[in-house]
Amino acid sequence: MKGLFARFFRNKDTSSDGGDARGYLIVGLILFGLFLLMAVVGLFYTPHSHTAMNAAAKFQPPSLTHPFGTDNFGRDIFSRVMKGSSTTLIIAVATVAIGAAAGTLIGALTGYFGGIVDDILMRVGDALTAFPSLLMALVIIGIVGPGKYNVVLALGIVFIPSFARIMRTAYASLRYVNYITSARLMGATNGRILFRHMLPNTMHVLLPAVTIGFNNAVLAEASMSFLGIGVTPPDASLGYMLSEAQSMLVRAPWYALCTGMVIVLLVFGVGLIGEGLQRSGREVG
Amino acid sequence: MSERFITPDSDPALLKKLQITEEMKRDMVLQVQHVSGGYYKRALMKKNRTYKEVIHDVSFEIRRGEILGLVGESGTGKTTLAKMLLGMMEPEEGRIIHYTRRPQVVFQDPYTSLNPAYDVEWNIEEPLRIFGKYSEKERKERVREMLRRVELTEDHLKAMPDELSGGQRQRVSIAAALIRRPRLVIADEPVSALDVTIQAQILKLLRELRAELDLSYLFVSHDLNVVYQLCDSVMVMKRGRIVEQGPVEEVFEHPKEAYTKQLLEAN
Repeated sequence: MKGLFARFFRNKDTSSDGGDARGYLIVGLILFGLFLLMAVVGLFYTPHSHTAMNAAAKFQPPSLTHPFGTDNFGRDIFSRVMKGSSTTLIIAVATVAIGAAAGTLIGALTGYFGGIVDDILMRVGDALTAFPSLLMALVIIGIVGPGKYNVVLALGIVFIPSFARIMRTAYASLRYVNYITSARLMGATNGRILFRHMLPNTMHVLLPAVTIGFNNAVLAEASMSFLGIGVTPPDASLGYMLSEAQSMLVRAPWYALCTGMVIVLLVFGVGLIGEGLQRSGREVG
Repeated sequence: MSERFITPDSDPALLKKLQITEEMKRDMVLQVQHVSGGYYKRALMKKNRTYKEVIHDVSFEIRRGEILGLVGESGTGKTTLAKMLLGMMEPEEGRIIHYTRRPQVVFQDPYTSLNPAYDVEWNIEEPLRIFGKYSEKERKERVREMLRRVELTEDHLKAMPDELSGGQRQRVSIAAALIRRPRLVIADEPVSALDVTIQAQILKLLRELRAELDLSYLFVSHDLNVVYQLCDSVMVMKRGRIVEQGPVEEVFEHPKEAYTKQLLEAN
């Protein structure tokens, strides 16, 4: 979509503040890019099989053949981290996609039209957010059972209200802006107004929210898998691996350290992207 | 469409009932007959809502090629009246008859009248896309033609609104308003956010466009100087009523109402 991202990545000589925002974006994108590379390559290729056991190579500390060491079965942890990264990435992206898409739709309709539907949907949202989100996800998992896709479903639903709320505010603030009034007067359909005229002007709110949502999804999935209600074998996400690592924290501390470090750097990187987007958004308007 | 807001697309039976002659169709752009209207305050029950009338029994007409000024202090109902003429609000009483296609509007604030997410070309072209009757090629041609008419160059096509000055933005807004060839343009304080030299340029442009494109304007303003420069006739509004109307020289040089004198002195 033309215009959707234009305001963030336009070439424009700006004040020192602009350079600031770009710095955040660049460092964040590098960290996220490294993770993405690892996760995507992990889908097709890992240096060792992530499940092959090797009794002769149990509990090996990091080395050239095993950069992150091996675990109690002699499995290569780096290969497992690569596989785990792809699982985590897929879950987080799918979760945010569900939350952001449904949230944007609800926010657009309630923010633009207002009225009684707005009141009802927002109170339902309030009720949902009153529960701790992990607890909500637990309830849904309790109903549908664990597994990769059910985690996506549960977290996706849990994320809808927060996206709906911020998008509602963004849409409501645009409701009586002159260019929207013009479009209405020219006879533009509601769908066109909501998604062609208004949506691009909510990006300075939506994109940072997506990055925050992504991080929350990574952490929520990790917590759920750590507690054993997330992904189930043979899938392994980073959170699932952390719970494995816990049992051998003394004999193989590199397992927990390396896995944890990947999560930390991922969340940090995406956080930087979000901060960068927020700053550049503030700058343009 | 209601019986209070008549356009050429209204029910033919209704148009017949109004006894519109060919002559009127030729000479008139807009007729406003005894229009009153205002706002309802929302309440839980429909019968409990309160009504506040803002416009009281307003009548006037705009002839083809005429520039009619509407002056009055702020809060007097000028914008409400403009909204009713645009069909954004229904009059409670009286009737608005449009003899031409949908009127277009130029807003006061050039900073919010263009969609900031898209470039100039998109903003001017969008009304044609919504209309949906032109091919891509025709649209692009008309955009370029209109751009020339508002005295911008093709270099401006790919500019984003926040890269333009206030005057340039107002030119783009005018181009977007005129691209569908309306006959009536409602301009709500279109120059009051601009500085004086730019004001003069935009006023000159509006005058030229009137001749070239056979336009009529309703020019809403609180700046009597601007009205004096641009308009053929003027009406003075006070608390939702038209207190005086007539040719611009007559009203400004020999004001009959105390309120008009006051306004003139205040300027």
